[in-house]
Amino acid sequence: MIPATFEYHPASSVDEAIALLSQYGDDAKLLAGGHSLIPTMKLRLAQPAHLIDIGRIPGLSYIREEGNVVAVGALTTYATIERSEVLRRYFAVLPECASVIGDPQVRNRGTIGGSISHADPSADMPGAVRALKAEIRVRGPNGERTVAADDFFLGTFTTALEPGEMVTEIRFPLPPARTGSAYTKLANKASHYAVAGCAAVVTLGADGACTAASVVITGAGTMPTRASAVEAALMGKQLDEATVAEAASHAAEGLELMEDIHGSKQYRAQMAAVMARRAILKAAERARG
Amino acid sequence: MGIAALVGTPIKRREDPRLITGQATYVDDLKLPGMLYMAVLRSPYGHARIRSINTEAAKQAPGVVAVYTAQDLKGVVGNIPVAAPLPPHITNGMGRRGPLAEGKVRFYGDPVAVVIAESRYGARDALDLIEVDYEPLPAVVDPEKAAQPDAPLLYEEFGTNVAASVRPPTDEIDRVFAETQANGGIVVRQRMVNQRLAPSPMETRGVVAEFRKADRTLTIWSSSQIPHLLRNYLAEQLGLPQHQVRVIVPEVGGGFGCKLNIYPEEALAAFAAMKTGHPVKWIEDRSENLAVTIHGRDQINYVEVAATRDGKITGLKVHVVSDLGAYLQFFTDVIAIAFTLPMICGCYDIPVAYGSCDIVFTNKAPTDAYRGAGRPEAAYIAERAVDLVAHALGKDPAEVRMINFVKPEQFPHKMATGTVYDSGNYQLALEKAMQLIGYQQLRAEQAQKRAQGKLMGIGISSYVEICGIGPKGLTPFGLYESARVRVDQSGDVLIYTGASPHGQGEETTFAQIAADEFGIPIERVLVLHGDTDSTPEGRGTYGSRTTAVGGTAVYNAVQKLKEKMKQIAAHMLEASPADVTLEDGKFSVAGAPQKAVTFAEVAAAANFSNTLPPGIEPGLETTVFFEPEACTFPFGTHICVVEIDKDTGEVHLRRYVAVDDCGRQLNPLLVAGQIHGGIVQGVGQALFEGVVYDENGQLLTSTFMDYAMPLASELPPFELDHTVTPTPYNPLGVKGVGEAGTIAATPAVAGAVADALGLPHVDIPFTPERIWRIIQQQQAQPQA
Repeated sequence: MIPATFEYHPASSVDEAIALLSQYGDDAKLLAGGHSLIPTMKLRLAQPAHLIDIGRIPGLSYIREEGNVVAVGALTTYATIERSEVLRRYFAVLPECASVIGDPQVRNRGTIGGSISHADPSADMPGAVRALKAEIRVRGPNGERTVAADDFFLGTFTTALEPGEMVTEIRFPLPPARTGSAYTKLANKASHYAVAGCAAVVTLGADGACTAASVVITGAGTMPTRASAVEAALMGKQLDEATVAEAASHAAEGLELMEDIHGSKQYRAQMAAVMARRAILKAAERARG
Repeated sequence: MGIAALVGTPIKRREDPRLITGQATYVDDLKLPGMLYMAVLRSPYGHARIRSINTEAAKQAPGVVAVYTAQDLKGVVGNIPVAAPLPPHITNGMGRRGPLAEGKVRFYGDPVAVVIAESRYGARDALDLIEVDYEPLPAVVDPEKAAQPDAPLLYEEFGTNVAASVRPPTDEIDRVFAETQANGGIVVRQRMVNQRLAPSPMETRGVVAEFRKADRTLTIWSSSQIPHLLRNYLAEQLGLPQHQVRVIVPEVGGGFGCKLNIYPEEALAAFAAMKTGHPVKWIEDRSENLAVTIHGRDQINYVEVAATRDGKITGLKVHVVSDLGAYLQFFTDVIAIAFTLPMICGCYDIPVAYGSCDIVFTNKAPTDAYRGAGRPEAAYIAERAVDLVAHALGKDPAEVRMINFVKPEQFPHKMATGTVYDSGNYQLALEKAMQLIGYQQLRAEQAQKRAQGKLMGIGISSYVEICGIGPKGLTPFGLYESARVRVDQSGDVLIYTGASPHGQGEETTFAQIAADEFGIPIERVLVLHGDTDSTPEGRGTYGSRTTAVGGTAVYNAVQKLKEKMKQIAAHMLEASPADVTLEDGKFSVAGAPQKAVTFAEVAAAANFSNTLPPGIEPGLETTVFFEPEACTFPFGTHICVVEIDKDTGEVHLRRYVAVDDCGRQLNPLLVAGQIHGGIVQGVGQALFEGVVYDENGQLLTSTFMDYAMPLASELPPFELDHTVTPTPYNPLGVKGVGEAGTIAATPAVAGAVADALGLPHVDIPFTPERIWRIIQQQQAQPQA
């Protein structure tokens, strides 16, 4: 478990990181918390010739209220997210999701920007980011642009990031009143990544009926996947146990299922439904206050 | 015996300050001048023929000093040592190997070549430059398939993969089964899989070898449980006299049996050091550890148990298929035969027991002793068998245990297997555990939960195991232990033990024994171990033997020195030795307590030698070897409660009670520590762990991303209690406790899960999907 030789480039600014990325192209990888990249390098599954360390760039770790948005810097660690009062107030799903990632050591190093850029299908954070319909701010050689979370995840370890681009910020729009969110997962007992997980955000009308639902499945499929059929089945309904269970039973629809020694496709599909039911019920309870 | 000031008290471990402040030295902490680093090229195939190996490019790589293959070792380095080769095939060489694969690779990770380089990175990089031309062969990973006549053969010349079979005649057990059934009794049959586990110590293996050419002395630092055995066998492998080999075992970060072995890397590092003239270091990485360090368990057990309608077991028939893996390590071939079969009756007075066994080679890593070594499998068989009877008869499993226990007045008791148990009170431990957990209330709660459709289960494990090995005859070498005890002129006591404690805490317990016996503070006692140049010949630490065997050697050595000190004190006091007593560190004359000399004064007299009585040698030092006349048999009852999440199949361990009897407890804190760690590993087997290969022999659990270790967050607090039934076979009355928790825990959890599901048996490990599938099946056929 010794990585192949690489050249280490500490970047002191985003511009410098982007310049280095452009210079080394496919031979380069960005290093943030390193808790996904370093293990794959030690197993020589990844052998980047150049490692650009963005972990020392100042000013990329923050959680800020900016009008109708809460902006989270790309280098904000899971531990910071887990403890954030602001996030807990508006987006319970984020600290809840952060709290079940790895162990304290991982949470102290791992970053939200690193997680979504790596786009591991079994990772937790991409599900929460997508369920909250965040906007992802990226910068590259051609300047800055914003990508909707729904357009960001393209497949297993694949995102909409263009060569030379890096994530700088994740922007979460403030939710309407009577909105609740939650994350549940069935953890792989070895890695504690998700065999199946669900991030759910629901908004209830004054009468308690569901006016908006956003449900994303992690772990079961090849990428964090929006469960549109579940969302549709929730809309306009009172979110009682039976309704939610029926809606959640559609959780695996549209998933390209994965399979390994920790769960067959059939099991993952069923667990996606179980996790969806639990997350939605919890989110609805939080929405009711 | 002196006043029991320390023995029996829960004092903290004296070794811990250096361990928990990072000041201890492990193999990887060693840096010697001019040291080179070794990396091992390993087979990516489960089974393949090696057509050719080209090492030229690797040899040219920067910093590479040498590359070796099996060709370089031919006639120079002998085979990997095996303690007790069994007939008919192993004695003829089946399963034996040199340190590097020759002609064929037989498991994923089989070592093929080594690179010696100036840096660890350079050595690793050069591995990628070695070209091996493999011809992949069909692999066999299932031991039952491997035993079939048409299976791919690991050792073609033997015409079979079955290394040995033990098949006694079945007439008697057949008669018992027939009679039991004729009398209205039952015979229950169950196949059980005891899955393969990776011992996974926190510190992986490591070795540093240094060879001084001037006098041809080899020093080996190894993360090992057996310094002397390693020294002796390695000397033989390398053709060196034993006195030219020194083994030093620095701090060891866990062994659990996997370091009770002599592996290829020790001889390889030594060979490289001898060839290059430089010290050579090799540190195993975690993926190597999971792939090539021995695995444990991996048995398939066919269990048949006969009982009367009242629940009295009349006969037990067990067939064991033991998966050896691809090669033999130290005890690979004898685990099932020497440690499982003799213990299949567990705590139960079963009139007739029958055990048979096939030991089979497969294209997997070698199996060997892992915490419990064959006894966890036996306890699992016995406990599951009793539960099978209870389930079939609709009886409470506690009741069936009570009916069948060997009674306290029957000890020493010869079991139907021929094994003789020393002492025990199985009823008491079970009663105590039931009381502690509130057994009857739990059964009431379970009935309520069942009515609500919830899955809750209670599991009992009344285990017994073998410790304190051992008497002659178990292996070709005696399993004694040694102690050299020296009292220096300042009155400090130095204990050199031939055992090799590596986390068990004998630096504390051995000091407790000596301090109490001499009546001096523990601060004046130092326990030293792990260097073959300074410690007397020993057998090492494993099999929960160190306190019972090594501790007794210490105790006996101390008694000898006490006698000598009494003679010296008598001379100083002008009294008869028979009238002198030692108490609280003072030698005094009976009836005249004011006439006294201190322990330190006598020590000084002995070492300065100017006031010694005639005929008494100067100095205070003795070496004692202790070989027990028989093994000890610790026992106890563990009870646990599980709840199962019906939606996901996840098993939650809710409560865990352990009542253990390891004889006299020298230090209850250390006993509790052993029980805690043991339970975690036993629960690990039941709920989480399992080495998985695919059908081609590819290892699918090569990192901790896939091999599931138990975590503290998944376990309840353990509720511990004990009973004390001393063994008559050593003066301390101690039995051993290192493996008890592991042996007890797996069947306790297995019983609880089967109980929750209302089934006679479910195979471990209880992974969520496995349990979920069973629940799905039950919901589809409610009557099943």
